[in-house]
Amino acid sequence: MELQEHKFKVIGTRPIRHDGVDKVTGRAKYGADISLPGMLHAKVLRSPHAHARIKSIDVSAALALPGVKAVITGKDLPELPPGSQQMGELVVNPRYLSMNIMARDKVLYDGHAVAAVAATSPHIAEEALKLIKVEYEILPPVLDVRKAMQDDAPILLPELRTSGTPEKSDKPTNIASQVRFARGDLEAGFRAADVIVEREFTTSMVHQGYIEPHNAVAQYNADGHGTIWVSTQGPFSVRELCSHILQMPLGNIKVVPAEIGGGFGGKTTVYLEPLALLLAKKTGRPVKMVMSRAEVLRATGPTSGSYIRCKMGATKEGKITAAQVWMAYEAGAFPGSPVGAGCMTILAPYALENLQIDGFDVVLNKPKTCAYRAPGATNAAFAAETVIDELAEKLGIDPLEFRRRNGAKEGTAQPAGPQFRRIGYIETVEAIMNSEHYRSPLPHVPGKLVGRGVASGFWFNAGFQSTAIVSINSDGTANVVTGSPDIGGTRAACAMIAAEVLGLKAEEVNPVVTDTESIGHTDVTGGSRVTFATGYAVYEAAQDAVRQLKERAATIWKVKPEDVVYQDGVVSCVNNGHEPMTLKQLAGRLARAGGPVTGRAAVNPRGVGPGFATHVVDIAVDPETGKVDILRYTAAQDVGKAVHPSYVEGQIQGGVAQGIGWALNEEYYYDENGIMRNTGFLDYRIPTCLDLPMIETILVEVPNPGHPLGIRGVGEVPIVPPPAAIANALYRAIGVRMTELPMSPAKVAKAVLEKNKAPQ
Amino acid sequence: MANKVYVETTLNGETVEFLCEPRQSLLEVLRDVLGFTGAKEGCLTGDCGACSVIIDGRVVCSCLVLGVEAQGKTIETVEGMARDGQLHPLQQKFLEHAALQCGICTPGFLVAAKALLDRNPNPTEHEVRYALAGNLCRCTGYDKIVRAVLDAAAVMRGGTHGVTGA
Amino acid sequence: MHAITYEAPKSLEHALRLLAAAGEKGRVLAGGTDLLIQMRAGVRTPERLIDAKTIPELQVLSFSPHEGLRLGAAVPCYRIVEDPVLCQHYPGLVEAAGLIGSVQIKNRCTVGGNLCNGSPAADTTPALIALGAVCYVASPRGTRTVAVEDFVVSPGRTVLQPDEVLVEFRIPAPPPHTADCYQRFIPRNEMDIAVVGVGAAVTLDGEVCTAARIGLGAVAPTPLFAREASASLVGKPLDDEAIATAAELAQKIARPITDMRGTAEYRLHLVGVLTRRVLKVAAERARAR
Repeated sequence: MELQEHKFKVIGTRPIRHDGVDKVTGRAKYGADISLPGMLHAKVLRSPHAHARIKSIDVSAALALPGVKAVITGKDLPELPPGSQQMGELVVNPRYLSMNIMARDKVLYDGHAVAAVAATSPHIAEEALKLIKVEYEILPPVLDVRKAMQDDAPILLPELRTSGTPEKSDKPTNIASQVRFARGDLEAGFRAADVIVEREFTTSMVHQGYIEPHNAVAQYNADGHGTIWVSTQGPFSVRELCSHILQMPLGNIKVVPAEIGGGFGGKTTVYLEPLALLLAKKTGRPVKMVMSRAEVLRATGPTSGSYIRCKMGATKEGKITAAQVWMAYEAGAFPGSPVGAGCMTILAPYALENLQIDGFDVVLNKPKTCAYRAPGATNAAFAAETVIDELAEKLGIDPLEFRRRNGAKEGTAQPAGPQFRRIGYIETVEAIMNSEHYRSPLPHVPGKLVGRGVASGFWFNAGFQSTAIVSINSDGTANVVTGSPDIGGTRAACAMIAAEVLGLKAEEVNPVVTDTESIGHTDVTGGSRVTFATGYAVYEAAQDAVRQLKERAATIWKVKPEDVVYQDGVVSCVNNGHEPMTLKQLAGRLARAGGPVTGRAAVNPRGVGPGFATHVVDIAVDPETGKVDILRYTAAQDVGKAVHPSYVEGQIQGGVAQGIGWALNEEYYYDENGIMRNTGFLDYRIPTCLDLPMIETILVEVPNPGHPLGIRGVGEVPIVPPPAAIANALYRAIGVRMTELPMSPAKVAKAVLEKNKAPQ
Repeated sequence: MANKVYVETTLNGETVEFLCEPRQSLLEVLRDVLGFTGAKEGCLTGDCGACSVIIDGRVVCSCLVLGVEAQGKTIETVEGMARDGQLHPLQQKFLEHAALQCGICTPGFLVAAKALLDRNPNPTEHEVRYALAGNLCRCTGYDKIVRAVLDAAAVMRGGTHGVTGA
Repeated sequence: MHAITYEAPKSLEHALRLLAAAGEKGRVLAGGTDLLIQMRAGVRTPERLIDAKTIPELQVLSFSPHEGLRLGAAVPCYRIVEDPVLCQHYPGLVEAAGLIGSVQIKNRCTVGGNLCNGSPAADTTPALIALGAVCYVASPRGTRTVAVEDFVVSPGRTVLQPDEVLVEFRIPAPPPHTADCYQRFIPRNEMDIAVVGVGAAVTLDGEVCTAARIGLGAVAPTPLFAREASASLVGKPLDDEAIATAAELAQKIARPITDMRGTAEYRLHLVGVLTRRVLKVAAERARAR
């Protein structure tokens, strides 16, 4: 059946989410809530040094402590061959992954795992950690991305060679890879410019900051089969990664996704899961592991700090003629920063003929980075959108008008090459231009300097593989089974899509997220892909169910299936003489008409629709303390088709809040020895309720031509514009371009003081 | 496992007895001894509020209370908010306003919001934000949470909805 | 956490006996909002906790114009914040108590614990210094008094001996035209530790300042009484010039460090900003009385 937008009955409404009651009553089971009989508790010993050689590890005293059942170190994990492998959508280096979850001969960052202990209580496991004697030879650490690139920098991984260089080098290096995107004639482009702006930017490493620490409960059976219960964005990834790291057959591992307390990309890899499974194997008992907050910050993947140089030129008429970018991203201790995504997103909102973008992936003595909401795009946009703002200012053009004149649209070639299909970037710019917010004067705040800033952002979004099952119950309700952990309302979205196709109410569909043995392969909840790709699978599976329902009705009526019509939950026959049946009536007769109906679909959709956003923010600055208050914030975003608008708004509001935290206060603070000093929510300062205003959203719906329902991913792009928007607002307020994240009060106060001191 | 102490307390209106080690936090006792896993561990340093419970009418972080301190106290957790199969108005409004995404912070927010409304049935937006500043949420940007609390307060006062549904 | 024992004494005398028996292994547990975190991190390792919250003598909260304020060391901060008499007479102390942590923390934490924790950044300490508060300390040997500004000797360490308990603070009743104020700077609007905190109390006779005390937090290894800055105000009208001079003198005794909460340079700058701000507010409040 064909669905047309104007006929949507369920999509676009705001039903109560299906998992809601469990989550407001405390009944929902997250990973840390799972307990098994005879379960042991395990804890990890972590390196107190940023860079050191492990000379010896003595676990004998720990093993002797009553209640301790097993201790493991790097020696207990299989050695894996070097090299990367394609795993689903990810390129993964299993050897490095294994070295990250448990150090071998060297520790490479403060918090790097060195050993793990399983004991009868978490307190005993902790006490045992203190009894493990590790002898270290301390090595000099390197903590700055540009210093790590220098020839004389301390080398982290002796076997590492730069990939992507024109000539092959056999020199040890910290530069894991380099990448270049170029087109047109850069020099000619800059010659044609009337105004050129060039600036350098630095950004700090920041963490996703999900409230739920990483966890895993593992059980290993004598037949060689293991089960892991875990809060993860990707149960199938956990299975695959554990299979590689432990050299276990993939089919012998079952991963059961528990409810997940936030991820934002950070729960797409493994840390505890293989260790818990190994300890379960060693002890024969279930083993539970839960990280402390300090462990989460020290030893799980934040996103890269970065150094970015950005140069752009434009004509008096406001056309950008050339753009050149040089960016180095911190990968952490092992290769794999999102610099590639940074390169591909940094100029993507604009139609550019002449550009060159160079990116470098650099290892240094900090934790291995992991995905964080539009990975690599936020730092990049901070740089580019500040330069864009300055160009507009120098040319005397409204910053939104400047963006509109240069904005990408259908047919524009992306920096990476491919042309955009139908996108809604310009529409987001215009939505802000026409917003009540942008048309209102800035408020006056006594004693404060006020400013307004705008910025835009881009994110590709992802497709990838998903599987879905839609089964019809005998009472005419339906169940939707997927393998996509629900991190923010996607059960509801999947149920709504099935309900739309089947002509049911949202609450007549029960959405279920299941384990790796109960559904076909499904890639991670990430890349803003669940409602798009898993939703696509649900749509197809529901259509499959409809097709079967029509066949059954045809059997009952003894007509041809093509003569049966399914509309709004009712089957009817084009020929007269057959009373139409509701789905409920038909479902009750299935047992005697061919048996149950189950629709299935497995997809790998190609029609991914990218996300664009434009934001405006008003701020007030205390000129003496440098503190920035967010007075008002409005975010416009092309959301394709909002399936459940409340949760789309929620994604935007949450992304904005994270972007504001990144802009103003969040940073990994290391001392000169590479020891992280702010390892808790006290000093890793994510925004509180009192730091934010209501966040206004404008949902721009430009349907994605690559999806039957017009759906685009919505989750990631809202984090991209805020740091640049706030930097641009700060410029309007204090007259200084802020080029370093976070723009913390000390830096803002210093900028104000220096500006006031400088001769006018 | 020596050293366990006998404790008698009132949990969500019922008398409860348990044995615990003095080093066990009330959060650990609730979750691992009594099986009440509604209160969550987010930081164990009193910075995130996910473990919020009400003791003798005051909201506290149960990670910063020892289990033995519960002796003779009255404790309310998120599991006690719904009564007789009926959700508390705060729970209902959190659902209606989509005031949760991942849901891990939700029990703490509900308990802290209940403690606020028990004392101040008509809070301003600023008072709500102040009262909930000890509860971190990384998903929602707080917008819908604040609206849900204001709306629940209006319903509990017997009036009409205080703010429009988001 | 390591294994511990826990006692809930029913009187000060009982607590002192328990503490004496525990020796170096004992420690008084008040709100626990610092101590339990430090024990989990292995920063402090007491084996025997003695709960201050169950000791009636540590729960005193009374005010009389004659005696002033008696504030028990284990009074939780919410009681201070919600007390109308304190709000009227000691708004600066109330501001300080109201700034510590979240509602959840304020329902547990105590002014006595805040001081005994020995942090240079404790919010209530500069406010107490400004008010000239005196600590009453009990031990089996009797009771002694210590000025608040002399209580902390280095980060995390105080003058308390292992067998001593901080029982209460006594604060004089404010003379006419006297008021206090406390402000701190933090990067967010809640939940942070002070980057710098400044408390001040002033007494006016007409426009002339007749007494002033300024306390500084987070700018030295211990909370400071800014003696010279305070003295510089006495005998002068509390105008911008006098306030600026006092702020400069306050900056002179600050010896801040650079850490994850702020650079030394920024902290020094903030001492000036906050000293000026609290003196202005305290003066306005004093004029209004």
